[in-house]
Amino acid sequence: MSSNDVMDFGQAMEQFDPVLGFEVHVELNTRSKIFSSAPNAFGDEPNTNVTALDLGLPGTLPVVNKEVVEYAIRLGVALNAQVAESCRFARKNYFYPDTPKNFQTSQYDEPIVFDGHLDVELEDGEVFRIEIERAHLEDDAGKLTHQGGSGRIQGASASLVDYNRAGVPLIEIVTRPIVGAGDRAPELARAYVTAIRDIVKAIDISDAKMEQGNVRCDANVSLMPKGSDTFGTRTETKNVNSTRAVQHAVQHEIQRQAALLAAGGTVTQETRHWHEDTRTTTSGRPKSDADDYRYFPEPDLVPVVVDREWVERVRAELPELPAVRRKRLKAEWGFSDEEFRDVVNAGVDGEIAATVEAGATPAAARKWWMGEIARLANAREVEVSALGVEPAHVVQVEELIAAKTINDKIAKQVLGHVADGEGTPKQIVEARSLAVVSDDGALTEAVDAAIADNPDVVEKIKGGKMQAIGALIGPVMKATRGQADAGRVREIVMERLGVG
Amino acid sequence: MAEITRDQVAHLARLAHIRMSEQELDTLSGELGLILDSISQVQEVAGEDVVPTSHPIPLTNVFREDEPRDTLTQEQALDQAPDSEDGQFKVPAILDGE
Repeated sequence: MSSNDVMDFGQAMEQFDPVLGFEVHVELNTRSKIFSSAPNAFGDEPNTNVTALDLGLPGTLPVVNKEVVEYAIRLGVALNAQVAESCRFARKNYFYPDTPKNFQTSQYDEPIVFDGHLDVELEDGEVFRIEIERAHLEDDAGKLTHQGGSGRIQGASASLVDYNRAGVPLIEIVTRPIVGAGDRAPELARAYVTAIRDIVKAIDISDAKMEQGNVRCDANVSLMPKGSDTFGTRTETKNVNSTRAVQHAVQHEIQRQAALLAAGGTVTQETRHWHEDTRTTTSGRPKSDADDYRYFPEPDLVPVVVDREWVERVRAELPELPAVRRKRLKAEWGFSDEEFRDVVNAGVDGEIAATVEAGATPAAARKWWMGEIARLANAREVEVSALGVEPAHVVQVEELIAAKTINDKIAKQVLGHVADGEGTPKQIVEARSLAVVSDDGALTEAVDAAIADNPDVVEKIKGGKMQAIGALIGPVMKATRGQADAGRVREIVMERLGVG
Repeated sequence: MAEITRDQVAHLARLAHIRMSEQELDTLSGELGLILDSISQVQEVAGEDVVPTSHPIPLTNVFREDEPRDTLTQEQALDQAPDSEDGQFKVPAILDGE
């Protein structure tokens, strides 16, 4: 059988227990790099954000960016972890063009952060505790682009190297083996990476854009036969670059390994590559002597000593963590469990919070972000955050409705125009003359015209057939292009005809 | 004398992508053993009261403020490159390491 055959997931779960482990690399958003003064920036001209150090030129010496240490402490506190009183850097030796020094400056036996944990909530509210083994600092590598062939390395004739990313500070967060997730393992994988992404964003140590590679996940998966507590051989699926992909990659590896083991085969300990298009993994390279990194302490850097005052200051200044914030917002907004979970799962809790902050009621904010705005984003196939509708726009729409300038129906149109980039709701209502006509003068004029045009209807009304009033309201609404307040029009008709 | 085998030297050479002749492997295994021996003598001098260190000067926390400055231009960066293209270093494709 092929090593890519898969077993039905439910069947696999009847026979095996999955064991997971994650290594998440987070690019820190400091202004400069970890060991050099080159800017830490994305998207610039190649090889412009570099110093001699980043190119590995002889005679250059690294100096640790203090902010990077501060960020690591912040993460340590956020992950309920120990921050080492003293730690040092180590060289991880390997030869590859993305690393011109011929070693990565990392941490080996003395990580700056260790022994933490994170409580991760699944979509239905079930909580799993993930143990964090360590988090260590290191520098990122340069970016290779392979020429020729398919653009991937197989068949390439040459590679181009941009060292702008070389030396960007990374923190690698490593979990202990995660046992006991059972059939919820794929969901838990997604929830864990999402939680890490949200935390590093909330404590402002990373831009946390997975699509830009700010957060990169390697997922380790192995299987144990039910009833066994001996870990099986694991594979490491590399660079899974969205939270959804992490879920799919873990599920696929479980199904693939289950098929292999059930057929009497063995899992090869290897790196595997995730393919988003086919939702499968393929074999990378086996673990081999190329992984003999010959770590040794970095002689060009002195140890980092973090006194307890430093940790306590960072702890005191730590921004509110996502889980705490969610608990607070749920209470403040008065949403039901289900309402709140839907909001979080839709990813609009931040938008609702900003909208409430800007002056709308929580119920109104939820109505728009979960309703028309979500519908617009869905129809235009963009994220809600990329639609172009801001919290302030929603507040303005609410104000316009409260002032009876527009009604709900027109408000929806207005939001569509906001998304089209036509300006703020007030500007759009003005420019497109969308205001509900409540000016009695203008309405009375339109009513009088309708009365003059429809003498037969007027006769019926005067004869007591009140339901005929509708036949006069219609022309008025038409004359005001739907923007008249129908209730008010009815009142004016009755006044003018002296009935009711 | 500390034993450094030919196989160990060959292994290190492979890791370092350095091609070595049979003759060089023989010579180096002897020479590396000698270097190890010399360094081992330091351990004899160091007593229980000397803690292992990775740095000769007892310094900690040498930091830099987080301020970007002093970058090279693209021209400067590529100046010594044997080959370049589109503002990037051009290197032979290496197949064994993705």
